[in-house]
Amino acid sequence: MSQLIIDTGNHIAGYACKAAKADVIAAYPITPQSSVVEQIADFVEKGKMDAKYIRVESEHSAMAACIGAAAAGARTFTATSAHGLALMHEMLHWASAARLPIVMAVVNRAMGPGWNIWADFSDSLSQRDTGWIQFYCADNQEIFDTIIQAYRLCEDKRVRMPTMVCHEGLILSHTSMPVEIPDQKDIDEFLPPYDPPWILDVDKPVTHGSLIYPEWYMEFRYFMDEAMKNAKKLIPEIDKEYGRKFGREYRGYIERYRCDDADLVLLSMGTIGSEAKIAVDRLRRHGFKVGAARVRVFRPFPKEEIQNLAEGARMLTVIDRHISYGMEGPLFIEVKASLYGKEDGPLMTGLIAGLGGRDVTYLDIEKIAQKSLKHLEAGKVTKEVEWVGLRR
Amino acid sequence: MIKLKELPKEEYFLPGNASCAGCGLSIALRLAYKALGPRTVFVIPACCASVIHSPFPNTAFASPCLNIAFEAAAAAASGVVAAYEKRGVKDVTVLAWAGDGGTADIGIQALSGAVERGTNFIYVCYDNESYMNTGIQRSGSTPYGAWTTTTPTGKKQHKKNVPLIMAAHDIPYVATACVSYPRDLISKLRKAKEITGPKYIQILIPCPPGWRFPTEKTIEMGRLAVQTGMWPLFEVESGKLKLNGPSARLVDKSKRKPIEQYLKSQGRFRRLTKEDIEVLQTWVDSSWEHYERLI
Amino acid sequence: MSEKPKSLKDLPITIISRPMTGSAGETGFWRTFRPVVDRSKCTNCLLCWIFCPEGCIERGEGDVPTVNYTYCKGCGVCANECPVRAITMEREG
Repeated sequence: MSQLIIDTGNHIAGYACKAAKADVIAAYPITPQSSVVEQIADFVEKGKMDAKYIRVESEHSAMAACIGAAAAGARTFTATSAHGLALMHEMLHWASAARLPIVMAVVNRAMGPGWNIWADFSDSLSQRDTGWIQFYCADNQEIFDTIIQAYRLCEDKRVRMPTMVCHEGLILSHTSMPVEIPDQKDIDEFLPPYDPPWILDVDKPVTHGSLIYPEWYMEFRYFMDEAMKNAKKLIPEIDKEYGRKFGREYRGYIERYRCDDADLVLLSMGTIGSEAKIAVDRLRRHGFKVGAARVRVFRPFPKEEIQNLAEGARMLTVIDRHISYGMEGPLFIEVKASLYGKEDGPLMTGLIAGLGGRDVTYLDIEKIAQKSLKHLEAGKVTKEVEWVGLRR
Repeated sequence: MIKLKELPKEEYFLPGNASCAGCGLSIALRLAYKALGPRTVFVIPACCASVIHSPFPNTAFASPCLNIAFEAAAAAASGVVAAYEKRGVKDVTVLAWAGDGGTADIGIQALSGAVERGTNFIYVCYDNESYMNTGIQRSGSTPYGAWTTTTPTGKKQHKKNVPLIMAAHDIPYVATACVSYPRDLISKLRKAKEITGPKYIQILIPCPPGWRFPTEKTIEMGRLAVQTGMWPLFEVESGKLKLNGPSARLVDKSKRKPIEQYLKSQGRFRRLTKEDIEVLQTWVDSSWEHYERLI
Repeated sequence: MSEKPKSLKDLPITIISRPMTGSAGETGFWRTFRPVVDRSKCTNCLLCWIFCPEGCIERGEGDVPTVNYTYCKGCGVCANECPVRAITMEREG
């Protein structure tokens, strides 16, 4: 029997970890992630979850412990935010190059100083080169479903790359929403037991991670990129299968809302994508042909889907919740890169918004859209990148 | 009393590996396998041990070995232990095997955390008293006065006492050992294997290129370290310290060989002045007074 | 034994190495001196065997030590530790 519960994004992530039957969880608390691991500790100590929970002494150790556990044949889980993720950075590289399918919930939070516990994507987007698959969620149901799909994806023989499932701190982490928790039997059928790509076994001894000369290093990195390409093919397949089994699917890389006949498409990730839908409805009521596209997967980057999206649109406005200092917002950069070489491509503009948890409401998005529509009318973009709502 | 003839003949740290001629670590690894057997999983951070097993695609380890980042040995080992416990894998020893750098310095956080959590594993710090793998830079475990590439005029601080730090964590078993005393080392590892909980053993590893002595003198150096009291052999259980083997008689200062014998036989102490030697001798003497109080 | 890979098709999924004697090659090449055991003096105490860093002194019949010259690096620890001076280090070639 599936259950309908009402709970916060963080607790839901904990439910997903329990449903996925993770064997070993190693995690360190950090605001706003703490209630993820508190929920898991509660499950484990009350006997509702049969797992080992290692209360490590730092996030770097959390990822190191997950790597050790995964290498020893366990399905693993961890969670973190901001500085915790940054502290883990070295080990993120380690996990992906070791081809260990670790799943991690990242509760997005701004990097300090100053100490800011509110949401933006500076933490996870800073890690985009580490070889981790990245999902961005917009509601608590999606957090649950994506974590289950993440295990299925990253443990697949053709992938075997670790995965982070991101959700914005405080916006989703601490907001309660109704979520359907499927029947455990159905989840068990969807998620086969963990089949390690390699393992520390005294009967079949191997050494992992030794010195490697330039002679062979590149080939292993090539394998990782090939695995990302395989993940790209598998993500929609797994999502479809999830849809057939559980009645919910996310239709791939980009959640498109009223984009089909849109002149202007607003691209974003996470909850800004949800807010954008409201802005779109309001603009549509006034006759403007605007659509919203929420990018759900940042790695592997949905190049082809962006190209499809750009087919009909005359303008793309990209809202980034992070800036790569000295350049632009990562989503904007990669959208432009995906459209390189396209003849008669859409006008494009990039916005930096919502850093440090500053609210980006549907009214803000409406204003952004109005400005974009003016550019569209003029036939050119006067300012390619703008920061939204700066108190000048 | 362990008899050498009764030790297994098989080698699990296989010959023809990348270690230096005369490498003390290599001896320690062979002794570890004699003590624990092949059902041992090594977790090795960046250190000499992670390189001497030779580059990909070969390894000198005939049992499983997980290389891991420099500071993460104890944390990764915690994960391995948890996975085996969850999966019901029994009769396997998880052995974190780290250098003094990965233990006393960059690795101390993970080590402290892992033992505080009561992780059921053996943590061995093989102590060659510098970051040898990266070319002889000083570590917290380098003794006062020693030359290293980052202390070219001699280290100005004393050696960090990690065994006593571990003893202060109240773990079931802490011991010091030296490759020059193989029976003592093997019996300590075997004892540790039978205990549940965190066990810490620090093994002194003389290093010919790092300490600057001829390759044939590796075992002799370790012996001198113990005989002069520079390196005591002891165990700490239930808060009580017990001196072992030759160290047992050395509480009596007159029985300790003067440290000059040890210092003058290594190039790394070549620049020591009379004053430096006095400082070191005082350090040895006061350390022993401290040990005596803990007995 | 680990076959040296020739193309990426021979590679495992990640950096996995397999146990091999002579993982760094025939390290006997390294030495400039070789240990020679005088059987008449040897008491089979096994100290040379236990202290050999390479593990390339093998325990033969009756625990007679036999040096494996393929891997012996010529460090001289065995000669230095032999209590009856039964091992001498002789110049190679």
